Amino acid sequence: MMLPAIEIKRVCKNFGGLRALVDVDLEIYSGEFFALLGPNGAGKTTLINIIAGLSLANSGSVHVMGHDVLMQYQQARRNLGVVPQELVFDPFFSVREVLLIQSGYYGIKRNDRWVDEIIERLDLTDKADANMRSLSGGMKRRVLVAQALVHKPPVIILDEPTAGVDVELRQTLWDFIQQLNQDGHTIVLTTHYLEEAETLCSRVAMLKAGRIIALDSMQNLIGKLTPPGNSVRMRLLPDRLPLALQPLKKSCNNGLYELRIDNYAQIEFILSVLRAEDTQIQEMHLQQPDLEDAFVSLIRNSGNKLQ
Amino acid sequence: MTGFFTLLHKELLRFWKVGFQTIIAPMISTLLYLLVFFHVLETRTEVYPEVAYAVFLIPGLIMMAVIQNAFANSSSSMIQSKISGNIVFVLLSPLTYHAIFFAYILASIARGLLVGLGVYLVTLIFFDIPLLLPWWALLFVILGSAILGVLGLIAGILADKFDQLAAFQNFIILPLTFLSGVFYTIHSLPTGWQYLSHFNPFFYMIDGFRYGFFGVSDISPHISLLIVFVCLAAISFLAIQLLRSGYKLRQ
Repeated sequence: MMLPAIEIKRVCKNFGGLRALVDVDLEIYSGEFFALLGPNGAGKTTLINIIAGLSLANSGSVHVMGHDVLMQYQQARRNLGVVPQELVFDPFFSVREVLLIQSGYYGIKRNDRWVDEIIERLDLTDKADANMRSLSGGMKRRVLVAQALVHKPPVIILDEPTAGVDVELRQTLWDFIQQLNQDGHTIVLTTHYLEEAETLCSRVAMLKAGRIIALDSMQNLIGKLTPPGNSVRMRLLPDRLPLALQPLKKSCNNGLYELRIDNYAQIEFILSVLRAEDTQIQEMHLQQPDLEDAFVSLIRNSGNKLQ
Repeated sequence: MTGFFTLLHKELLRFWKVGFQTIIAPMISTLLYLLVFFHVLETRTEVYPEVAYAVFLIPGLIMMAVIQNAFANSSSSMIQSKISGNIVFVLLSPLTYHAIFFAYILASIARGLLVGLGVYLVTLIFFDIPLLLPWWALLFVILGSAILGVLGLIAGILADKFDQLAAFQNFIILPLTFLSGVFYTIHSLPTGWQYLSHFNPFFYMIDGFRYGFFGVSDISPHISLLIVFVCLAAISFLAIQLLRSGYKLRQ
């Protein structure tokens, strides 16, 4: 059986009268690329803060690589790198100084080689000796990622690392993080860009109102929570769906017909019917179920139960 | 120990990089105090036998500069880190509570001593200042700056905004400093004020420090040393408990 990189047992957290986390149980295994998703205020950051020791749970326990985050906080923190959601920085120092200081906090004296490598991999070479204050938001985000990696932690948590950053950085960042994952690091990701989570993560937990409402592999979650099969959307001229295609019709919004297709061979059938009826296609989209559909379906359906 | 030394180094660099603001400016302020008081009060009678008032004043002003800067160092570092959010880099690390405590306090002591030494060296150009018992003076200046460093750390942890920190500084630290005998000996005060001065721990720091210069003090330096040491131990215990519990640092 795989060793859990992070083991969360019956964790509750209240902020005054607000129940931010309610009996959260979760195991994230070594080597996983795991997505922690949920709407704003679901409790994702609170859970990450408890794992990182930035916040204290009211009850329950959390272990990182087998170390209790309270009783064995030093070992737990040595095994963990966290990229915080807030864009925070120390205005007194340059990028390289910040990374060497962060290395020192973890007891690493001479870390120049690894620091240089992170700087290069995150495209920070030109800014290595620049003061943190002079960096753009995207560059500061890169430094936050670099700070989380200085001690080569086996478990890396990224709390919305791509919020407000350009496409180039996202690509650079994900290439690097995927490489780390292939090297055996466990990655936990929260993001509002669901296509990122779908592409990168193998397993997903969805949080809502402090509870885990779904926990499954990405494939199973999408399969379970979205209608089976694909669909095709079409705008037709004249605006009329031939009788032979009526059984496939799922919906029609603003002249856009959505037809269910169970296999791609059906597309040829649809096109032949349209040709026979002398109907032109003005617009066409092929729809495949994705994480976003699953997310929306789950959040919508769990709404009444959890409020 | 690498973690502790790194945090200490970072805290030292933090004030060293803005040395004009953190070292030179307080030195100039203190020397201006001395200039003004010297001209206004140069004809005042000697406080101790054969000690001119300006010379009597210098150790008090040095100590005042030391303790104010020791307080400013830890308090401003902590609250800036809290408000800007970069305290997370320390909180996420495996640094122990004791390492965090000692790094902040030693940096405060260092800044206090640098400012104090600067003022002392400049005043030596203009005045002949005796330093009869240097080890006593050094002991009290270290303990005094440590106490204010700890108070600054506590204030920085408790305050949620700069306004609250300023209140702590202006309504607690400043009155205790000014009423501690920086500018006078408590024997020159009315009996009631003399009695009240004994409840001011800053009085013992300054009196003990002055003993190191002149070999004369208002009360026994051994009693002062004991009281200062007990105060330091008590507030250090409180500060370490705050760090351990994560109060106002970890939600």
